[in-house]
Amino acid sequence: MARTTTTTGSRSRAPQAPPLDIDDLIDDPNTRIVVCCGSGGVGKTTTAAAIGLRAAEAGRKVVVLTIDPARRLAQSLGLTMLDNVPRPVTGIDTTTGGSLDAMMLDMKRTFDEVVSAHSTPEKAEQIMANPFYQAVSSSFAGTQEYMAMEKLGQLRAQADRERTWDLIVVDTPPSRSALDFLDAPKRLGSFLDGRFIRLLTGPAKAGGRAYVRVFSQGVNAVTSVLNKVLGGQMLTDVQTFVAALDTMFGGFRERADQTYALLKEGGTAFLVVAAPERDALREASYFVDRLDEEQMPLAGLVINRVSRVAAPGLSASRALSAAEQLLDRGGANGQVNAETTAALLRLHAAQADVAARHQQLARRFTAGHPGIPVVEVPAAAQDIHDVEGLRAVGAALAGG
Amino acid sequence: MTTGSAAPHDFDWQGVRLHIVTGKGGTGKTTVAAALALALANQGKRVLLVEVEGRQAISQTFDVTPLAHTEARISHAEHGGEVFGLSVEAKAALLEYLQIFYKLGRAGGLLEKFGAVDFATTIAPGVRDVLLTGKVYEAVRRRRDPKTKGPRAAPAYDAVVLDAPPTGRVVRFLNVNHEVAGVAKVGPIRSQADSITAMMQSPQTVVHVVTLLEEMPVQETVDAIGDLRAAGFGIGGVVVNQVREPLLPADALAAAGRTQIDDALVAADLEAVGMRAGDALVRGLLTQARDHADRVSLERTEEETVRALERPIYRLPHLADGIDAGAIRELADLLTDQGMA
Repeated sequence: MARTTTTTGSRSRAPQAPPLDIDDLIDDPNTRIVVCCGSGGVGKTTTAAAIGLRAAEAGRKVVVLTIDPARRLAQSLGLTMLDNVPRPVTGIDTTTGGSLDAMMLDMKRTFDEVVSAHSTPEKAEQIMANPFYQAVSSSFAGTQEYMAMEKLGQLRAQADRERTWDLIVVDTPPSRSALDFLDAPKRLGSFLDGRFIRLLTGPAKAGGRAYVRVFSQGVNAVTSVLNKVLGGQMLTDVQTFVAALDTMFGGFRERADQTYALLKEGGTAFLVVAAPERDALREASYFVDRLDEEQMPLAGLVINRVSRVAAPGLSASRALSAAEQLLDRGGANGQVNAETTAALLRLHAAQADVAARHQQLARRFTAGHPGIPVVEVPAAAQDIHDVEGLRAVGAALAGG
Repeated sequence: MTTGSAAPHDFDWQGVRLHIVTGKGGTGKTTVAAALALALANQGKRVLLVEVEGRQAISQTFDVTPLAHTEARISHAEHGGEVFGLSVEAKAALLEYLQIFYKLGRAGGLLEKFGAVDFATTIAPGVRDVLLTGKVYEAVRRRRDPKTKGPRAAPAYDAVVLDAPPTGRVVRFLNVNHEVAGVAKVGPIRSQADSITAMMQSPQTVVHVVTLLEEMPVQETVDAIGDLRAAGFGIGGVVVNQVREPLLPADALAAAGRTQIDDALVAADLEAVGMRAGDALVRGLLTQARDHADRVSLERTEEETVRALERPIYRLPHLADGIDAGAIRELADLLTDQGMA
């Protein structure tokens, strides 16, 4: 997806990152899914929402799936109804024929819906009453990732079926290790294929009677240890839980695999989101490498909250020396004014330093990952919490 | 560098043995946990710094080789104090736990072989957290000399600092008792969970929350403190991290916020020191001043919210050059100066 850059002129020592223009993604009708990933606190949700808004105003029919939006941003997107269904966002420009729906993931509800959709009412009731199910569906670390994948699959199926949306923008859960989102289906798969589960779901599945005979000693040892450690009740509950879910687990995994395959397709674009800080960019490097390993289509890196100076012609050192001169010699209109002007100059010097550091961090990333398109979003003075703010972020993502 | 404070001195958390540090992702909770551990150690104490998410954030912060699943000294402190580091991993903790309580030489290996260890540590709800917090529990209660018993026996660590999961997950993580209650009604996991909860909710444990003066981290801090309190945990201080002092004096800041700085006066001053004060330059300087004033005013609003929590507040500056072992020492001294350690 990386575009070739026109090598105009010089071969400067530092490699220049090709510019990332979000409009190229938005304007390409083949782009069906945009996934925003990155570590916590870097502005993933804001980026996803801004892309969704810009695409909708450019005429795309968009749905944005957010995981954990800031309260005020959620309110301004109308995400106050927690019914796990996309709702239209109002206050946007729809003159180009686009539309914007948004939803916030409710993982417990998504899980419940899966259970209801794939079992009889009695069985669903039995599953939902199981304490293991209750714990797994509401608190198991990883459920959020499974359910984000599940929801993405559902939205995509609905989009294909009803032609409701032609672009899905996803914000990923803030995970401990960067790409739990991608690992979720595989983890689910290995969990289901695990011998332990087969053991719990009955000897027939563990490879027939011969297998059981050979391993029966081991099985007994394991079961007795588990009884001691977990307590008999827990083991019974987990057995019921696994047995009850067993019939639907197959479909579950199949869909997770499908979604994973979907992400690898040409119609998907991954955006890695980072802040201009060492740790966030280190994490971003890891994301980029992982996506590459998994052969996932990476569109580029978004660096949020990059400091810029509003008076770019003036260097930090010149500003500082001018400030000193002013304080020494006085200004044109008395001491008080001179102090204010000197303060403005010192502020400029400090911001120019920060801006220079941000540029250095961005250059370092590009040196390690030449050819990865990058776009910088300038830091806003205020938190982004309304459609107007998102529009400005969207414009910045399009390079302006 | 050093504040030269006497080894034992008064500080706000006297008698606390377990300091739990949480905060929204990206607020720097690992940095604060590391600085707190070092500040406590500077009183001549033996301190254990524990991480539970396998990120190796502690070793990166202190710039030492990655931590194994055993405790290792990562830093010397003043007055003979020491900081030890530990990265707790659920699988290793389970096998160790089984070894200690059940003497399972071969069966442990069998469990591993059958995937039961993976199951227990990744899928079984609550069990993973019981194992991780259980290791912390064990470290807090451990005696320096295993043979001595009773309340007077010297502990292995004078204090334990836990770099806990972020605010969104911390209540669930600490509230292991509640988490396993649904699935394990009796049995050793349940009683282990009960003992862990009892210690976590005793006066010797406090939860500190790290925040930035930004909307979402402050909101999460308020929510987390409410949830932690409701769940029965003692709240420690709020650490406001990456504080940037205003770069404009108060009156200039106020004027900039109201866009009342006169551009002609600024231009004249610039000319007076020989600068070419074009429109773009003057407008740029004033825009920067207004943005800065906006940010400062936003931060003050957030600070009010933090104050309203009525917890001790500790402020740590934004360090432009990033965090390394030297920066941790600097931050540790600042925490000591403010009475956190």
